[in-house]
Amino acid sequence: MPEEPTPRRGLPTESEADQTPEPEDVAQPEAAPANPVPEPPPGARGRIMAFLRPGKGQLVVAVVLALTAMLVVLTLRSQAAAPDYSNLRRAELVQLLDNLAAETRRLEAEVRDLQTTRDELASGAEGAQVAEEEAQRRLDQLQIIAGTVPVEGPGIRIMVQDPENKVSPELLLDALEELRDAGAEVVEFNDSVRVVASTWLALDAQGRVVADDVVLEAPIMIEAIGDPATLEAGARFRGGLVSEIEGPRVGGTVEIDQLEEIAISSVVVAEENEFALPN
Amino acid sequence: MLAVIGIIVGVAVGLLLEPTLPVFLEPYLPIAIVAALDAILGAARSHLEGVFSDKVFAVSFISNVLIAGLIVFVGDQIGVGAQLSTGVVVVLGIRIFNNAAAIRRKIFHA
Repeated sequence: MPEEPTPRRGLPTESEADQTPEPEDVAQPEAAPANPVPEPPPGARGRIMAFLRPGKGQLVVAVVLALTAMLVVLTLRSQAAAPDYSNLRRAELVQLLDNLAAETRRLEAEVRDLQTTRDELASGAEGAQVAEEEAQRRLDQLQIIAGTVPVEGPGIRIMVQDPENKVSPELLLDALEELRDAGAEVVEFNDSVRVVASTWLALDAQGRVVADDVVLEAPIMIEAIGDPATLEAGARFRGGLVSEIEGPRVGGTVEIDQLEEIAISSVVVAEENEFALPN
Repeated sequence: MLAVIGIIVGVAVGLLLEPTLPVFLEPYLPIAIVAALDAILGAARSHLEGVFSDKVFAVSFISNVLIAGLIVFVGDQIGVGAQLSTGVVVVLGIRIFNNAAAIRRKIFHA
């Protein structure tokens, strides 16, 4: 450390400084007399004057300091910009390269794994979506068949006027079969009885027509969803519903409306099967 | 005052303009900075000793930087660049410590 020369004070230090080949120190004695420094008058006032009114010397100093500051900033910037491998030994560099290569292989393997996983997940998600759509389609179908949801669609509304109360369950059953034959998807009696697989028709003790424990009061209204023209044709053919009711045995009237939109809101609550079990 | 402004301007230029130095100059920047520090400390010392001259300061600054860069450049050409730059840094470091010691004696008289 340069603290060694501290024991020697004053003059020896000056001489030692002169011995070292310092450009400015060597040149200083020559330049100083030739170009006497515009040394401000000593004292605080002089310093303030020099501070406020800089001369040529200060300008030179400023330029040099600006240059140095710029160099320092540039160096710091370039040092911070890139990790410096220039002072590493060959063995260290080789090791570094090996590490990087191993890391690259590991990451590539990871990329492959993740891509495989992603493909699997994508195809799985697609399959799940298809299965879900299929399940939803079947669910809708079965719900309509079982009559557990309200439905709407085009169809016909048949009003049966039966002044003599001669409409029999058999007649209604025949009409129902004919409507089904004509493609009726959903049938409802009197806005209250949804016709499903387990629907039954019978006469009660007072001779009234009963469907699923509900008495069908006249006028009996049959609503069927399906192709309206086909359904009406299915009701009107010779020997069908209309000719039976308007014939002499019943003596009623039938009115058929084809509708763009029929809403069937009555539903069947599915009951737990007691005896039948899925195989 | 101009000196302070000079430092600020230098930092600002370095930070804002980001002048790009030629690549072949980059290895000499640290050496140039050490040489510049040495020249500045020498100037401070001569100022304290009352023999400061702006001309000598400017010339010594430029020649210091150039010679330091030249030595490292020559060393690079003949294959001992690392060793020579170490040598330059050591020499300049010794001078910096010398100058710093002189300044310290002038200021603190100790």
